[in-house]
Amino acid sequence: MLSKRIIPCLDIRNGQTVKGINFVNIREVGDPVELGKRYSEQGADELVFLDITATHEGRKTFVELVKRIAFNLNIPFTVGGGISELKDADALLAAGADKISINSSAIKNPKLIDELALHFGSQFVVVAIDAKEENNRWEATMHGGRIPTGKELFSWAKEAENRGAGEILFTSMNHDGTKNGFANEALAKMSDLLSIPLIASGGAGTMEHFSDLFKFGKADAGLAASIFHFGEIAIPDLKHYLRTEGISIR
Amino acid sequence: MKVAIIKYNAGNIQSVDYALKRLGVEAAVTSDLHEIRAADRVIFPGVGEASTTMAYLRKHHLDELIIDLKQPVLGICLGLQLMCRHSEENNTDCLGIFDETVKKFVLQPDLLPSMKIPHMGWNTISGFKSELFDPSLEEQHFYFVHSYYATIGADTAAICSYSIPFSAALQKNNFFAVQFHPEKSGTVGAKILENFLQLQNYSNP
Repeated sequence: MLSKRIIPCLDIRNGQTVKGINFVNIREVGDPVELGKRYSEQGADELVFLDITATHEGRKTFVELVKRIAFNLNIPFTVGGGISELKDADALLAAGADKISINSSAIKNPKLIDELALHFGSQFVVVAIDAKEENNRWEATMHGGRIPTGKELFSWAKEAENRGAGEILFTSMNHDGTKNGFANEALAKMSDLLSIPLIASGGAGTMEHFSDLFKFGKADAGLAASIFHFGEIAIPDLKHYLRTEGISIR
Repeated sequence: MKVAIIKYNAGNIQSVDYALKRLGVEAAVTSDLHEIRAADRVIFPGVGEASTTMAYLRKHHLDELIIDLKQPVLGICLGLQLMCRHSEENNTDCLGIFDETVKKFVLQPDLLPSMKIPHMGWNTISGFKSELFDPSLEEQHFYFVHSYYATIGADTAAICSYSIPFSAALQKNNFFAVQFHPEKSGTVGAKILENFLQLQNYSNP
């Protein structure tokens, strides 16, 4: 049986792992390769490395770091940040990335999704969406939640799928950093709408939150950062707990 | 031991090379026909689309080469699919080493309400009929990413299920293939690569 995935997310700035609380107040937590290896050994199913300042500063993701990660990890990983054209993706693929994630660049140029899917296959293309709920309307945002886009979350997610995205990574800006649980209602709605896998991000604080995510949020994978980085939840404990909750876990 | 990884216009080749390096094996990533033919082991990896990759293989005479190889060959993911007879992906005639056909997953809400395509993530395999596997790997999780699958038939060497059972692995004589990614399947995936490197006495009759 296909298992639900637990995905630590390593936000990268200047080659170091950081975690922003609501995408501000960044503190450093260590070397991405070492952290990635540790998570892999602990049973993480996949890893995401996001170059969080890449889009904002127009910086490209460092291919050299991706090579080191690819060499050292024996589980799949996604790389995001600063990917705005085919050649960016090509360099990351050649370096050993299993998937790339695009966010702002897809909003600015939705055809990029079609091009990437055509050249590299849908399985390589994750469309990440940071969205905010205001007055009962979910809207996609850009640049770490700072800029509204006018795009309604659910129609944008469906459009991304139709254009060839292989997976959607949905971060709720309302929940991110709060540790009060995932945006299960919106996630369930999105999961029902999509026929591609859905990764949920934003709000993980306890092991119960992951159980709720898979039971009620209908997500295929749960992503979190600080609770793992700061040792608040150990991945082996989390997986053991989810198994006792009857959730299919590796 | 000389290991050749077939280099062609498909992705994910680097990952296989890295996985072998972690096992202490320096492989040649090459499209050179002589070098591939002379290797002790050949790995045919790949992530991509069937018709364009088959066209590329034909153009570079890699199709004839692969079919004629006598040493143990391991196809991975798209490699497995291209080693089958035919793929539904853009109606592509493939290498025909295995008699199976490759079909697209269809959403089946009645059978599996949570079903998504691609089949992406960790799934268990069973029903081994190949030296590629040992009993310790039964019901272990391996990493899959694919929207098309090979049907089950005489060459099926391991089975996975995602709404329907399909060939997680195939084997015929010296040709081995896995739909999952051993290079991305943690320690159990590394074991598969090791088993492949340690195979004895396989030849194409």
